[in-house]
Order: sequence, then structure tokens, then C-alpha cells
Amino acid sequence: MSDDRFDAIIVGAGLAGSTAALTLAKAGMEVLVIERGNWAGAKNVSGGRLYGHALEKIIPGFAEEAPVERKITKERISLLDETSGTTIEYADESFRNAETASYSVLRSKFDKWLAEKAEAEGAMFVTGIHADEMIVKDGKVCGVKCGDEEMEADVVILADGVNSPLAQSLGMKKELAQAETAVGVKEVIGLDEKVIRDRFGLAENEGCAWMMAGWPSDGGIGGVCLYTNKESLSLALVLTTSYIGQSELSVPQLFERVKQHPVIAPLVDGGKLLEYSAHLVTEGGYNMIPTLYKDGVLLAGDAANFVINIAYTVRGMDFAIESGRLAAETVIKAKEKGDFSANTLSAYKSMLDQSFVLRDMQFHAKAPKLMEHKELFTKFPTMASEIFREMYTIDGKPRRHLLKYAKPAIKKAGGLFKLARIGLDANKAI
Amino acid sequence: MKKMSVDDKLGINKFYPDEHNPHIEIDPEFTDEKEIMRVVKACPAELYKYENGKVIFNHEGYLECGTCRVVSGGKVVKVWHYPVGSMGIEYRQG
Repeated sequence: MSDDRFDAIIVGAGLAGSTAALTLAKAGMEVLVIERGNWAGAKNVSGGRLYGHALEKIIPGFAEEAPVERKITKERISLLDETSGTTIEYADESFRNAETASYSVLRSKFDKWLAEKAEAEGAMFVTGIHADEMIVKDGKVCGVKCGDEEMEADVVILADGVNSPLAQSLGMKKELAQAETAVGVKEVIGLDEKVIRDRFGLAENEGCAWMMAGWPSDGGIGGVCLYTNKESLSLALVLTTSYIGQSELSVPQLFERVKQHPVIAPLVDGGKLLEYSAHLVTEGGYNMIPTLYKDGVLLAGDAANFVINIAYTVRGMDFAIESGRLAAETVIKAKEKGDFSANTLSAYKSMLDQSFVLRDMQFHAKAPKLMEHKELFTKFPTMASEIFREMYTIDGKPRRHLLKYAKPAIKKAGGLFKLARIGLDANKAI
Repeated sequence: MKKMSVDDKLGINKFYPDEHNPHIEIDPEFTDEKEIMRVVKACPAELYKYENGKVIFNHEGYLECGTCRVVSGGKVVKVWHYPVGSMGIEYRQG
């Protein structure tokens, strides 16, 4: 083997890339990770919650040493009207168990840690280098070009994120369609640790995940997510891109408006902006999955559009970790056979099909269709507000029975038939 | 929390400007105002301005998200790239 030839090259040191690197290095393979940021994590952003189960399999008890922010023990979901909000809260002690726990994370810190774990196993990372082009010979991928330099390997794992220009250049991944792609805009807002616990009613090191839909997306498909970190909040607005332009307001204006909402303003009050970021989120789910393997190449994580939004939660990081691991397992088997053709690499797809990645994505395949019911973001929050407003308003005026005011509120939202229709679709989707 | 301009927000980020490599090229032939305004409104960093019938893109503060490329569908934004290695945004939180 020449100096510049590797068993595997991985593009991107995110969760998928570093997990693949860790798994390959553990198996004794020579692996090179190419990362365009100055360090692993420098270009990485996500909403903020990692379901721990996938990484738990690889590094048992990882949360003890990894820079996780808080263990999520409290779930909230809200429908927001312009001036009001209806919220469901679910708190559960069993969420503390490592097998089912999820954590708020800040990716720049977390991904750096994971990359260091892979490095400790012997994976080689080069940072500050952008992989510009794929090297393809006789239809087979055999490396990447970075500027004038060519780096070759038996196989390349593309874990270069949601845009993945390299997967697009190979024709494996189509340009992201507007109706299936959302923009996420996020602020990390610094607050005192104790203030966060008091505001959200949290025990030490425990956290809250909060999804909100309605008024924030101004008639479009989208919503707000909020995660408590140790000494900050991650507040993000996610909007499906096809809707942009229909609102009078721009994306950054819509985001700024969110922080003024009466439910959200007191939560961020006194906070200090630590960072402003933006990231695309694929929302097409199972039907948006690209070609996952070709001769000499595999896609993992965001590059493979492994994300689902099922309204009460969003998942992507556990898929990234599992797909990174399975891509590595596939490469290890291919190495044993000495064959990196698409035929051998197809084992990746079979393993994904049997794993929770494609099983869950397929299970929720109808979620994007559910989100197309505009009422969920417009009329439903208003309906909820109208019902609860009257229920909770005690002002000496004559009282009315629930049905008297609930019926017209439901009718305005599209009627019982519409409600049942959406309920049925929700049942199939989530 | 006090209202903040996008410029002030970007000022808090850590950023290494890459003066020599344009990441984004605008199609000067494309003049559909409605489509142009969608791109202007979409950019989380407010890097697009539409003035006197011309689209102006300022790379400083670029968040590398790709939203403009997706929203313009190949029409307003002709070429979209990440900055060269080590340049551009450096997230410290993520």
C-alpha cells in the first residue's frame, strides 16, 4: 500500500463520519477522515436532541464522559396562536435510563469529542481541507480530490451533510426539492444554569425538549423547537422552503418575531446570544432516500437524508450514528471479500432495512403527508385557543357549557369531518 | 430578550472571510422579481439585497446552509459552493 492510499476515506467528521471512522479503525483498517472545518464539529449544527441508543451500543455509558448538555426528562408540545398557547407536558422518570435516554447536545462540542474517540482508535483526521471532487475510474469511485491533491482508497463513505455536493456530483442524490426541504434558523441563548432549571422546572442535569407549531410559521409548514442545554437554550425555527415568499416576513424576521411571543419571551428573557446558525433539514422522509451505494461509495447520515420529522419529535442524529456504523460494517465485510463493487456494498441497504433506521423511516413514511394539512399550523392552534380561552376565562359573565363554544370553534377549524380526516392521517403517520 | 438585527447576530459568530473565492454566483440575466425576492427573504443571514433591479450578494457572514440554492432552484443562484477548507463560519456551539 502506498502512503497516500487508504482502506477507506470518509468525507465529513459529523456523527455519521466519525462513527464510521471509529468502527473501521477498531477493526484495524486504515481510515482517513477529511473535514472542511478547522476541527471536527466546526461546521456542524442541529436542532439539539440526540437519542442515545445508537451510540450506547458502540460506546456503552457514553454520556458519562461525552459533552452532553442535559438528559431530557420533560417533553412539551404546544400549539401557538398569535397571543396564546396550548401546551401538553409529559415528564417521565424512566427517561433517565441510559437505554432510552435522550440528551440535548451542542454539536460543535459533541462532534469534537466523538472525532477524538475515533482518532484514539487510530483513525486519521485531516481538518481544514475541503474535498472538491470524486475520483471515478471506469465507473468506480476510488478516491477524492482536494485541490491538486488526490487521495485514493478502496471505498469512500460520503458523510458530508445535507447538501452533499459530492453525492450530487455522482448522481446518487438529487438536488433537494423545496417541498421536502426546510430551513432551520437557530440561536443559542446563554442563561444561568439555575435560571434554566427554575424556568423549566428541571432537576440538575435534566432537560426539556419542546416542539411548537402554529403562529411561528405564519401559515406555512414549520415550527419551533427549543432544547435546554446546561447553560443555554437552543431555540430554532424550521420552515419548509417552498413556503418562503408567501409570508410578508423574511425568514430572519419570522425568527425574531418568535422570541417576542408571550409563551417564548419569558423563557429567553435576559438571555445573551451566543451563536446564530442555519442549516437545511430534509423532511421528505422515507420517500426522499437517495441511492445509498454505488461501486466504491456509500452515503451515510444527512448526506443520505436520514431525518424524520414526526411533529412531536425530530430525529436524525441516531440515524446518522447507526448508518455510519453500518456503512463501516459493510466496508469491513467488503475488505474481507476484497470486493468493493455495488453488488457487495448492497449489504449496506439490507442492513439498514433491518435496522431501526429504515424500519422507523418507513414506518413514518406518511408523516410528510400529514404535515401538508395546513390546518395543523393555522386553524388548529386557534381552535384550541378559543376553547381553552372560554373555559379558563372567569369574569362574572354568564357561563356556557363546553359544547356550546367548542362546536363553533371546531366548525371554524374545518369541522369534525376534517378533524377526523387529520386524525386518521396522523394515526398512519406518527 | 431585546430585538437584534441580523448584522448584530452575525457579529457574534466566529468567521474567517474568504475574499478570494466567490462561493456564490448570481445569474445577472435572471430578472423575475418575485423569484428574486424569495431568495432575498430566504437567506437567514440576509446576505442578498435587491437594489435597482440588481441582486447583490455579500459573502461576509455566510452560514453555508444552502437555503438560497434550494429556494432559487438553479435560477437566481447559478453557482453555489462551500468556502475553501478552513474558511467561513466556525461554529463554537453548533
